[in-house]
Amino acid sequence: MKHAAVLLALVLGATAAGAQGVSATRQHELVRMVRQDCGSCHGMRLTGGLGPALTREALADKPLGALAATIFHGRPGTPMPGWRAMLSEADAQWIAEQLAQGFPEEIRKASR
Amino acid sequence: MKRRNLLSLMTAAPMAALLPGCAALSPATTGTGDLGVVIERATGTLALVNTSTRTLLGEIPGLGDLSHASVVFSRDGASAYVFGRDGGLSKVNLLSRRIEARVMQAGNSIGGAISADGTLVAAQNYTPGGVKVFDAKTLALVADIPAEYAPGKLSRVVGLVDLPGRRFAFSLFDGNAIWIADLSQPGAPRLTKLPDIGRQPYDALVTPDGRHYIAGLFGEDGLALVDLWEAQPRARRILAGYGRGEAPLPVYKMPHLRGWAVAGRQAYLPAIGRHEVLVVDTTTWQEVGRIPVAGQPVFVIARPDGRQVWVNFAVPDYHRVQVIDTPSQRVVRTLEPGKAVLHMEFTPRGDAVWISARDDNRVTVIDTERLDTLATLAVDAPSGIFFTARAARLGF
Repeated sequence: MKHAAVLLALVLGATAAGAQGVSATRQHELVRMVRQDCGSCHGMRLTGGLGPALTREALADKPLGALAATIFHGRPGTPMPGWRAMLSEADAQWIAEQLAQGFPEEIRKASR
Repeated sequence: MKRRNLLSLMTAAPMAALLPGCAALSPATTGTGDLGVVIERATGTLALVNTSTRTLLGEIPGLGDLSHASVVFSRDGASAYVFGRDGGLSKVNLLSRRIEARVMQAGNSIGGAISADGTLVAAQNYTPGGVKVFDAKTLALVADIPAEYAPGKLSRVVGLVDLPGRRFAFSLFDGNAIWIADLSQPGAPRLTKLPDIGRQPYDALVTPDGRHYIAGLFGEDGLALVDLWEAQPRARRILAGYGRGEAPLPVYKMPHLRGWAVAGRQAYLPAIGRHEVLVVDTTTWQEVGRIPVAGQPVFVIARPDGRQVWVNFAVPDYHRVQVIDTPSQRVVRTLEPGKAVLHMEFTPRGDAVWISARDDNRVTVIDTERLDTLATLAVDAPSGIFFTARAARLGF
């Protein structure tokens, strides 16, 4: 019980921090986008592919601001594109924060 | 006592061998030419389909992370070799619907190929960067080819294809090289290394005659071409500067060259960072046209007769599929077969095309002449579609 309360506080804290302007609906979309579309290079489990791994361990030494900037502007000289046509800066910041903490799993509806 | 044990073993073994045959399709009454598989990427499952009746036959789960999975087939079309993102390589019997062998062969893998004689299966890996070759029967490791392009540096490997003979060609994304591996003596691969082919090859194809290997370059405008019929194969640049110095558009997903589009004399290739399909004459290797399309092309695939070329796109344009009429070199139809179209596969003679729409959990079967929908199948987050006719095609 106490454990669950602590966990809930942690989750709420995590989603509240720096998530100005990122609604719950948008967060849901962003989780799907990262898992599925970023996943085409970084892997659905974010363990890497043509793009590097984006697990919490792999990103441990990366500053949040640099992560958000990479998402928003891309990395010249590598296949990483800037996603600013599809994301706001707040979206990129939210994604960076989630990645740094270990990215949430997608909640999947059963298809049939 | 000993003798009785032996006898009971002898009688038990054939019965055990018969059991799986009873539970599934009997090889005696079912061919494999109608069969295909669809990757259910989110659940690590293969959906088994019949391409004539356009139905789902069953599912084969337990294949690991299939988020960038690909499949090659044994020559009899009965076995599918499934390459998973997590380095898993599985041999699945489509008739018994069983996993006959499975190895974790790498940390991060991107696909594979099967030798022309059907005896060797090769996997291309990102981690550790290189190619591993396996006995197609048992999946026992036969050869390990680290893609060491500089001392201690392994390259991620892309664009692995089979070549005539027991040979494979592949490209080194980090090493800017194309390597050809001759495994006529499987335990002792002989390598031909072509360096400096251009920056960051991202995928490659071999033409249907096995003569030309073409690697797309991400790091520059152009492609690298190797004439494999030359005594001393070398790489030369084609379509250099197709971007005309204009700033490239963002590439939200890497194109795939694997499902090549050679239609008649012409090859149709995805541009990188441009919403165009490039048309190349395969005798001169000069650009002869470019066709504006609805987004960054991902797959550019010719109908088997070459009369049409079908194109799908990277996010955010991946709800569309466009059909190019090759004689007029124009887009003649834009279809919207679902959300997040990831792959297209033609039936063996091209009367129909199967299209996976990941976010609609649906595969749509479309008549390629009338361009109407023949069937839809409910498949969980479908990605790659692979029909057994690939078993008979070089480069697949």
